[in-house]
Amino acid sequence: MDLFEEKRKHLKDLNYKQLKERFWELASDITQPLVDFAKTHTSPSIERSVLLRMGFNSMEADAITKKAVEASLLGKGAGNIVLKYAKKTGLSYLDAGKKLIAMEDADKEMKTLFEGGSKR
Amino acid sequence: MKNLTPEKKIDLKELFKDLDKYRPRRKGWVWREHVDNLNMFKFNFHDCSKPLKNSIGLPAAKYFDNIDPQPDCVITSEIASGRFEDDIRRMRMAAWHGADHIMVIRTTGQSHIDGLIEGTPEGIGGVPITRKQLRASRKALDMIEDEVGRPINFHSYVSGVAGPEVAVLFAEEGVNGAHQDPQYNVLYRNINMKRSFVDAAVAKKIMAEAEIFQIDGAHNANATAREAWAVMPELMVQHAINCMFSYKCGMKKENIGLSTVPPTAPPTPKMWYDLPYAVALREFFSEYKFRAQQNTRYMEADMDEATITHVIDTLISKLTKADIQSTITPDEGRNVPWHYNNIKGINTAKQTLVALDGLMEMIQLKNEGPLRDKIRELKERAILFMEEIKELGYFKAVHKGMFVDSAEYPERNGDGIARDPEGGVAVGTIVEKDDDYFAPVCHQFGQEDISDPCKAIDGCTFCRPEKIQFIDELDESDTAHKRLEKKFEDDDKNLTSPEVEWHGDGTVLITLFFPENEEIAKAAAVEMGKKMNLSNVEVVNTAPMHPSEGTLVEIKGKSDIKIDKSKLYIPPKKEILPEDVIRKEIVEKGVKVVAGTVGEDEHSVGLREILDIKHGGVERFGIKYRYLGTSVPIEKLVDSAIEYGADAILMSTIISHNDIHVKSQKRLHEICVEKGVRDKLILIGGGTQVKDDLAKKAGVDAGFGRGTKGIEVASFIVKRLREKK
Repeated sequence: MDLFEEKRKHLKDLNYKQLKERFWELASDITQPLVDFAKTHTSPSIERSVLLRMGFNSMEADAITKKAVEASLLGKGAGNIVLKYAKKTGLSYLDAGKKLIAMEDADKEMKTLFEGGSKR
Repeated sequence: MKNLTPEKKIDLKELFKDLDKYRPRRKGWVWREHVDNLNMFKFNFHDCSKPLKNSIGLPAAKYFDNIDPQPDCVITSEIASGRFEDDIRRMRMAAWHGADHIMVIRTTGQSHIDGLIEGTPEGIGGVPITRKQLRASRKALDMIEDEVGRPINFHSYVSGVAGPEVAVLFAEEGVNGAHQDPQYNVLYRNINMKRSFVDAAVAKKIMAEAEIFQIDGAHNANATAREAWAVMPELMVQHAINCMFSYKCGMKKENIGLSTVPPTAPPTPKMWYDLPYAVALREFFSEYKFRAQQNTRYMEADMDEATITHVIDTLISKLTKADIQSTITPDEGRNVPWHYNNIKGINTAKQTLVALDGLMEMIQLKNEGPLRDKIRELKERAILFMEEIKELGYFKAVHKGMFVDSAEYPERNGDGIARDPEGGVAVGTIVEKDDDYFAPVCHQFGQEDISDPCKAIDGCTFCRPEKIQFIDELDESDTAHKRLEKKFEDDDKNLTSPEVEWHGDGTVLITLFFPENEEIAKAAAVEMGKKMNLSNVEVVNTAPMHPSEGTLVEIKGKSDIKIDKSKLYIPPKKEILPEDVIRKEIVEKGVKVVAGTVGEDEHSVGLREILDIKHGGVERFGIKYRYLGTSVPIEKLVDSAIEYGADAILMSTIISHNDIHVKSQKRLHEICVEKGVRDKLILIGGGTQVKDDLAKKAGVDAGFGRGTKGIEVASFIVKRLREKK
C-alpha cells in the first residue's frame, strides 16, 4: 500500500461536505495561534504606519520609531509616546513629534513619560 | 486637468502639475458590470459586460461591425518597466484593449527595505513604489478610465518588511488591489516569519478598511518547485492559510482572492493535472474570489508557445471560474515585457474568453470518472498536509521545510524551503505590546475594543485626508522629470524613434531565417544585426526547423536613428465607404468593369487580388468583371469596355521602367476621348509604382499603388458613380 492510501484511511469515508468542513476547521486551527500572536505584538513598520496615519511623513515616522526602539518603548506604541510628550509640553502632537526627532537624548525624555520604561 | 481625447497623447507635463493636491476619487475594488443577453451586431453574448466607450477590438472585428465585446471577468495586465512615467502611456494602450486591472511590480529589493521610498527614482525589473509614483499613476488612470468608460483597478504589493506602511500608503492613494501574503515573505523573501505575520495582520486590517482587493502569493510555489504539478495539495493549504488568516484579521471573504495558476504546460497532458486541481480548488474555496493567472514556469523565448499555453490556461478559467483573468506577456521569458506584448497578452485573454462565451450553458464537466477521482485525491492530500501542520504548529512546520517540497504530499523529497523562526531578514524586530499600548488611529488591528481611537488626535488621515503629507523628491538627480527631459526635447524638435519600453530606447526586433544549423544561424544573425548598424545585438530566440536545413532566429538591437516627423511624406487618407453601402449601391446599379494588365507585362497577381472574390476583391461587392489577361493592348481594353457596357476600366501596369505606367494611363485617357466614351467610363490605373496624384495628372480618374485592397477600388467606383449622376 502506498503512503497516501495508508494515511487517508480516516478520510476515505467522509463525504464532500464533510471533507470541506474538515479542511476549513484545520485552516482555522492553524491560523488562530498566528492571529493571537499578532494581537499581542507590534513592529517598527506597524508603528511607522501609525505615525503616518497621524499625519507625519515617512522620514519623520522613521526617525520617531527609531528613537522609540532606542528607548525600548515600542511596546507602548510610537503614537502613544508622541501624544504623551505633546501633553507634557503643551505642543501640538505634530510639533511634539518634530521636537523629539530633533532632540539628542530623546530616549531619556521618552522614558520619563512612562515612569521607568517598558513593562513586560 | 483636461479630458483625454483619442487623437492626442497624454500630457505628462500637465500630469505632474499640482500633484500635492490630487486626491483619488474613490476607494476600493470595482468589478465589471455584467449585461444579460448582450446584443452586439448580429450576436448575443452570455458572459459579457458593459461595452467600452472607446476601445480597439480584435483584428477580425472589422468583419463584424467593429464590435469589441468585453468578457465578464476583470482582465489584468502587469506594467512595470522601471520608469513609471513611460508606463503611463502603456497603461492607456492596455485600457484601450480591455485591461481594467493594472498591476505594478515593485523594483528589485523593495520588499527588503524597512520603510517607504519617496520621489520617482528609476527601478530595476519593476518600479519603486512611492507616494508620488502612486499618485501620478492614479491620476493618469482616472483620466484613462474616463476615456474608455470603465473603472480601472490599480494594484501593487503589500508584502515585504514595510507591509503596514505600504498598506497605509495604498489606502490613502486610492490603490484598489494588492498582493498580501505573509507566507510569500517567509518562503520566498526569507523575511522573519514572526515579523511577517505580525505586520500582515495590521496591513490586512488597513486593506479591509480601504476595501482593497487582496491577492495571495501561493502561485509562487508552482513557479519555484522543480515539479510544479506535485505541489498542488500544498498550494491549497497555502491558499487556505492566507484566506483564513485574512478573514480573521477583518477582511471580507468577497475581497479575498486566490492567485491560482494551472501548474503544467504542453507537452504534458495538461488537462489531466490542471483541470482537477482547478475544480478542487474552486469547490473548497467557493466563498472566495479567483484570480486566474497564466503559467510562466515553463515559458522561455518562444512567444507563440507561450501564447498557446495561455489560451489553454484561459480555457481552464472558463471551464471552472475566474473573477479576474490575469495575463502574462508572451515575451516575459526573454525580457522585461515590451509595450505591445502587454497588448498581445490582453488580447489572448479577450479573444479566448469571447470565443468561449456561454460555453458552460452547452457543456458540463463529468461528475464521475477520472476527473472526480483526482479531485477527491487532491482534497484528501491537502487535508493530510494540514493535519501535520496543525500538529507541529505553523512556525515549526516551516522550520521543518514542509513547504515547497517537490514531492506530492504525503510523499517527501526533502528539498522544501526551510526557514528558522528565529532567523531571516528583520529578525528580532518585533516587540510584545505593553498593557498600556495605544495607537491613536482608526482600524488598528488588535485595538477593536477602543472606540474612536483617532479622537485623541482629532482625526487620522483616513478620516481627514488633508493631514497627509506629500514629499516630492529626495534625490533630484534621479527623478521622472530628469528622465523626461530627453522626451520633451525630442517632442519640441518633432523627432520620433522606435521604442519597446522607454522613450527613445531605440530597440528593434528582427526575425530572420537562415538555411543553416542553429550555431551558424545564431552567429550569422548577430553579424546581420551589426551590419544593419544596430548596437547591443543579442539573439533572443532560436527555433530549429531542421538540424541542418534551417533555423529561425530573432535578434534585438538598438538603433540611434531619429525620424523628423515634419519631413515625412504621409499620403492623404482615402475615405472608404462602409461595406454594406458599397454592396447595396453596386447591386442596384449593376456595376461592370473591364480589367487587364497592359504593356509587355505577364504579371497578373496584383490585379487578380483586386478582382477576385477569393482575395477580397471587387467581385465580393457584386461587381461583374471581364478580365482580359496580360499584355493587353490599351485599345482593346477600351473596345471591350464599350462592347461590355462597362462602367469602369481597371488597367494594371506592374513593371514601370521609363515611367511606362504614366504613359499608358495618358494613352488610355486619350483613346477614350477619341472614341467619345471618356465621360461614360471611370478610368483606374493600378500597379506597384502607381501614385494617385500622378495618375490623375496623366488623365485617369484615380491611381492605386502597392497594398491596395479591393474595397478601396469598389468604394472609389461607388463614389464616382454618385458624382456622375
